[in-house]
Amino acid sequence: MAHAHSVKRHKGLMDWLTTVDHKKIAILYLLAGGLFFGIGGIEAVLIRLQLIKPMNDFVSAQTFNELITMHGTTMIFLGVMPVIFALMNAVIPLQIGARDVAFPFLNSLGFWTFLFGGLLLNLSWIMGGAPDAGWTSYTPLSTTTYSTTHGVDFYTVGLQIAGLGTLIGGINFLATIITMRAPGMSFMRMPMFTWTSFITSAMILFAFPAITVGLVLLSFDRILGANFFEVSNGGNPVLWQHIFWIFGHPEVYILILPAFGVISEVIPTFARKRLFGYSSMVFATILIAFLGFMVWAHHMFTTGLGPVANALFSIATMLIAVPTGIKIFNWLFTMWGGQIRFTSPNLFAIGFIPTFVMGGVTGVMLASAPADFQFHDTYFVVAHFHYVIVGGLVSGLLSGLHYWWPKMFGRMLNESLGKLSFWFFIIGFHLTFFVQHFLGLMGMQRRVFTYLPNQGFDTLNMVSTVGAILMGIGILFFLINAIVTAFKPKGVADDPWEDGRTLEWAIPSPPPEYNFKQIPLVRGIDALWKEKMAGNKGMTPAEPLGPIHMPSPTILPFVMSVGIFIAGLGFMFSKEDFSNSFMSLIFNNWIVVIIGLLITFGSMLLRSLYDDHGWHIEVEELDEEGVKA
Amino acid sequence: MKLSITIMIVVLIVVFAIAVYVLIKFRRKKGQTDVPEQVEGNFKLEIIWTVIPLILVFILAVPTVQKIFAFGDDHYNEKGSVQVKVTSHQYWWEFEYPQYGVKTAQELVFPTGKNIAFELKTADVLHSFWVPSLSGKMDTNPDGTINRFSFSTDKEGVYRGKCAELCGPSHGLMEFKVKAVNPDSFDKWVAAMKAPAVLPKDQALAETFKKSCLSCHAVGDQGGPVAPNLTGIGSRESVAGILLNEGQDGGKPVKENLKTWLEDPQAVKPGNKMPAPKDLGLTDEQIDGIADYLANYKLNY
Repeated sequence: MAHAHSVKRHKGLMDWLTTVDHKKIAILYLLAGGLFFGIGGIEAVLIRLQLIKPMNDFVSAQTFNELITMHGTTMIFLGVMPVIFALMNAVIPLQIGARDVAFPFLNSLGFWTFLFGGLLLNLSWIMGGAPDAGWTSYTPLSTTTYSTTHGVDFYTVGLQIAGLGTLIGGINFLATIITMRAPGMSFMRMPMFTWTSFITSAMILFAFPAITVGLVLLSFDRILGANFFEVSNGGNPVLWQHIFWIFGHPEVYILILPAFGVISEVIPTFARKRLFGYSSMVFATILIAFLGFMVWAHHMFTTGLGPVANALFSIATMLIAVPTGIKIFNWLFTMWGGQIRFTSPNLFAIGFIPTFVMGGVTGVMLASAPADFQFHDTYFVVAHFHYVIVGGLVSGLLSGLHYWWPKMFGRMLNESLGKLSFWFFIIGFHLTFFVQHFLGLMGMQRRVFTYLPNQGFDTLNMVSTVGAILMGIGILFFLINAIVTAFKPKGVADDPWEDGRTLEWAIPSPPPEYNFKQIPLVRGIDALWKEKMAGNKGMTPAEPLGPIHMPSPTILPFVMSVGIFIAGLGFMFSKEDFSNSFMSLIFNNWIVVIIGLLITFGSMLLRSLYDDHGWHIEVEELDEEGVKA
Repeated sequence: MKLSITIMIVVLIVVFAIAVYVLIKFRRKKGQTDVPEQVEGNFKLEIIWTVIPLILVFILAVPTVQKIFAFGDDHYNEKGSVQVKVTSHQYWWEFEYPQYGVKTAQELVFPTGKNIAFELKTADVLHSFWVPSLSGKMDTNPDGTINRFSFSTDKEGVYRGKCAELCGPSHGLMEFKVKAVNPDSFDKWVAAMKAPAVLPKDQALAETFKKSCLSCHAVGDQGGPVAPNLTGIGSRESVAGILLNEGQDGGKPVKENLKTWLEDPQAVKPGNKMPAPKDLGLTDEQIDGIADYLANYKLNY
C-alpha cells in the first residue's frame, strides 16, 4: 500500500487539535457545549436570584439586561446546539453503518469555527460589556444610537462565526446521511434519530443563511454606518423582526427534532418494542419541519401586521400541534404492551413526554393571536418556551447522553447518580417554570430586572428561584457523575443496555477509530434487533475484510478558525478610537482583518494545493488490535 | 381564550391518563425474559389521533379568526371614539388627546363607557403599550409602522399600565397609571388641564422652576414638550409611574415621592434622560420647594 502509515499519529493535546475522527469531535463538541451550558446556567441562576424578591438590587438593571441577553444567546447557540452536534457526531455514522462522516475535514472545521465564535461572544464580558438588547436583539435598541458599547458587535460577529460552524455541520450531516448508509439501509429503514437529525440538518441549511444575512446587515449598520434598520434614514426595524424570526422559529424545531429522535430511540429500547407507527413518525417529522418555516410571524402578533397575517399565522401555528400529537401518541403506544425498564436514560425520556405536552398546549394557546395579545412578552411565554426547550430538549439531550455515554466513552454512568440528577432536575424544573405561567397571566412582563411589590408576584417568584437552584443541583449531580465515571476503568459490553436495536450497539464501546471492521449488511428496520431475533450473534458483513482507508489528521481547520476569529475582532474594532497609536494603526487601517483573512485563506490554499490521500489501516493491524480505540 | 384553555386541559388529561396507565401496567417484571410482540403500528389508531386533533384545531380556529378580525377593526375615526395618541419614550409615556387639545404623561385618564381609540408610536426604541386588566398589548413602532387599536371599560378605577417590549435598563420600571373615570369627571379633567398654568407663588422659585424645569417639561400652557407634562402632577396616582402615591398599595405621600425622584432620578430609573436637579445647580431648599409646589399642584375632577 502506497500510503500505509505515512501519517503521523498525534498524541495528547495535538491529537485533539488535529483530529478529524467524528467520535473525538463529538467529545470536543460535548466539552465545549458543556462549558457554554455551564456559563449560561450560571447566568440563569443570577437572573433568578435578582428576581427572588421585589425591588431587589442584587445586580444592576444594565447587568441584568446583559445577563438575559447572554443567557438566551448562549443557551440556544452555544449550549444546546453543540450538545446536539455531539450526539449527532457520536451516533449517526454508527447508526448508518459508516466509518466516518462524509467530510471529516469539514467536520473539524465546523467545530473549531463554532468554538471560536462562541469564545468571541463570551469575551464581551471582559472587553467592555456584554450585548444587552435581548437574544432577539430588536432594532432600534440594538443600533449604535441606543446600545453604545461593543456588546451587540460581539453578538453579531460572534454569532456569524459560530453560525458558520453550524451551517458546515448541517451540510456535512446531510451529505453523510444521503451518501454513506450501509448496504440495505434504505431511507425508511433509518433509525429515528438519524431521520430527525437529517431533517434538522436540512432545516439548518435553509434557516441559518437567514440569520447570517440579518447579522451581516446589523453589523454593517453598526460598524460601517449602513441604514438597513435606521429609522431616521428610511430603515425599517420591523424588517429585522422578520429576518430574525424567519430563522428563529425554524431554529426551535432544529433544536427539538433531534430530541424527538433521542426519545424515539430510548423508549423502544427500554420498552423492548419497536417504535409504534415508524412511517407516521417520519412523516410527522417532515411535516413539522415544513410547517416550522411557515409560522415565524406568530412571534410578531403585537407588532401590528394586520388581521389577515395574524389569522393565517395563527392557523398555521395551531396545525403544528397535529404532527406533534401524532408523535406523542406513538411514543405512548410504543410503551403500551412493552416491558418498561426505568433506567436513567428512560426516566429522562419518560419525563420528557408530559413536560413536552404541557409546553405544546401552551404553544397552541399562544398561537391564537387574540389570546397572544395578553400572553405575549410575559412570563407565560417564558414558561412556554422553557417547557419546550428545557423540559423538552434538555431532558431529551440528558436522556441521550445517559443512553449513549457507554458507547462514547466505554464506561457506564452511575445509575443511582443518574436517577438522583433526574429527580432534582425534573422537580426543580417544574417548580421553576410552572408558576411562571401564572406570573404571566397576572401581568408580569418578561425581561424586567425587577418588579413592584403588591402585585401578587412575590411568592411565585420566590418559588421559581428555589426551583432553579434545585435544577442546578440536578445538573451538578450529572457533572459529578461524568467526572466519577471518567476515573473508572473502561470495558463495557458492545450492547450494555442489552436491548439495543440499532447498529451502534453491534460494535465495541467505544468503537475503534474505523468503527466497523467490515461494513454491515442491513436487512430491516432496527437492524441489530432483527439479527438478534433471527438468533444471529452479530451483523452479517457486506464486504470482505480489507485495508481501511482513513482521513489524515490536520491542524488546518483549527488555524482557519483562529484566522476568522482574528479577522472578526479586527472588524469589530475597526472604527474604534484608540488612545494607543499602534493599536489605531493596526485596527483602523484594517491590518488586523487582513492578517486574519490571510491566515484563513492561506490555509484554504494550502489545503487545496497539497493533496492528502489519507492512509490505510492494514488487515494485519485490524486482526491484532481488534478492540483498540 | 376560555375555549382554548378547556380544550387544552382535556388534551392534557387524556395524554396524562394514557401515560400513567402505560407506566403502571407495562413495567418490566423480575425474571421476565419473553420478548413482547413487535407491533408495527395501527392504521385505525393513527388516523384517530390525527383526525381528532385536526377537528380540535378547527374548532379553535373559527373563533380565533373571528376575534382577530374584530380586534383588527380600526375605530380611530369613528364617531364617539375618544382619540388618544400614545407616544412612548425611554422610559415614560405621553398621552395626547387631539380632540380636546390636551397632553399629559404617565397617567392615562379616560371616560368609562366610551370607545378609547389609540394611535401608538414611539419616539425612540420599540416599546409595547399594555394595560393587562383591560386589554391585550400593542407595540409602539417608529413612523411608518404606526399601530391603532382600541378598548373600553365600564368600570371606574385605577389600572396598571406597563411596557412589554425590552427597551433598555429601565424597561421593567416603565409603568404608567390608567384611570377610568365617569364622563362628567373626564370633562372636568379636560377643563382643568386646559386652564392656565399655576406657577410657584414664590417669585424666585418660579423663576428657577421656569429656567431649570420648563425647558423640557410643561405645565398648562407653558414649557416644552421634550419631557413628561407635569400639569396636575400632585393629583396623580404615582410619580414617574413607579413611585406610588398614597391611596395605592404601599404608597407614600406625593411630596416624599417627588423628593425621592428629584434628589436622584438615575437611582429611581437607571438610564433615564433627566439630569439630576443638583447638577443643574439647584439647592436642597429649591428642590424641596419645587417638590412642595408640584405636590400641591392638583386638579379637581
